[in-house]
Amino acid sequence: MIRRFRADLHIHTVLSACADLEMSPGAIVRVAKKRKIDLIGITDHNSTLQCSVVKELAEEAGLAVLCGTEVTTREEVHCLAYFKDLGTLEEFQEYIDLHLPSIPYSPEQFGYQAVVDRDEKIVDLIEDYLNVGISRSIDQVEQEVHRLGGLFVPAHIERPLFGIFSQLGFIPDKLNCDGMGIMSQSIESDIRNRFMLKRDVPLVKASDAHVLHMIGSGCTVFEMNEITFDEIYKALKCIDGRKTFIE
Amino acid sequence: MKVSELVKELNLKVFSGREGLEREITGGYVSDLLSDVMGNANEGEVWVTLQTHRNVVAIASLKELACVLLVSSLEPEQNTMEHSNEERIPVLGTSLSTFEIAGLLYQKIKN
Repeated sequence: MIRRFRADLHIHTVLSACADLEMSPGAIVRVAKKRKIDLIGITDHNSTLQCSVVKELAEEAGLAVLCGTEVTTREEVHCLAYFKDLGTLEEFQEYIDLHLPSIPYSPEQFGYQAVVDRDEKIVDLIEDYLNVGISRSIDQVEQEVHRLGGLFVPAHIERPLFGIFSQLGFIPDKLNCDGMGIMSQSIESDIRNRFMLKRDVPLVKASDAHVLHMIGSGCTVFEMNEITFDEIYKALKCIDGRKTFIE
Repeated sequence: MKVSELVKELNLKVFSGREGLEREITGGYVSDLLSDVMGNANEGEVWVTLQTHRNVVAIASLKELACVLLVSSLEPEQNTMEHSNEERIPVLGTSLSTFEIAGLLYQKIKN
């Protein structure tokens, strides 16, 4: 039976230097539950390392998690990538590690990049700055995400910086996107007109929350049978009566 | 000034688009945001950038720019070079940084 699920698929945790320290796995889960969200996407900059703890806590609370990352391509386009299981998530982490330039930074100025456990204890501090472009192009990243069976969604396409249009002018031909991310405050018809996006390109509105109160400020509704990776895929592709729409 | 003369005078590398080397240069534009170049660059300008994606050539062609000049020893991607040959828009390279090459370009073009 087709049901409706509210999803906020772009949320940062304490691991992102630019996110608030209050963005602990437990707090994110609590706020998402309170705001009647059914599915959250965990997408830290160039890292997947906080996903599994959030997933564990969320599932205990009856909240589903799509594990992923917000990867910065060589052209400095931010792209959301989601994976089916922790195995392919880990493989993509290895890909990022291989292509991330080593740029030491000052956490006092830019913020700490902390991996925490379920009790908010810091288990790792990432020393290389994660908010930088990896050395692979957007096309190469898209191909790697799809090789691993993941979903590839350019983030906040209307942003004047770090969006696919600001960085590349237009969507490169042959780039295979499973959707286009848009910001909380944007209106779907404006975005479609401005960028000439046809109806069959699914837009995914999400909060891009860096602070707790932003969680759920942008949501996309998924009409599907249940929350599984395959159902999410079908909804984005409008297969077998599944679909998505912006809340 | 022609692109070919600029190549000689500034000792630039020609990666691709040799058939466009006789294009005439009217000025220069420096930007790494392709949307900005789409909106603000003018016909005949040399575009100085560190972006190597194939969209660079599409935009250079759309705006009828004279050529693309990659800085800091960056190299174009394979399909960027292919596209540049098709469009006859030279993709050039220099080991100099954006600041240094822009200074030299300004002297050559504006004087």
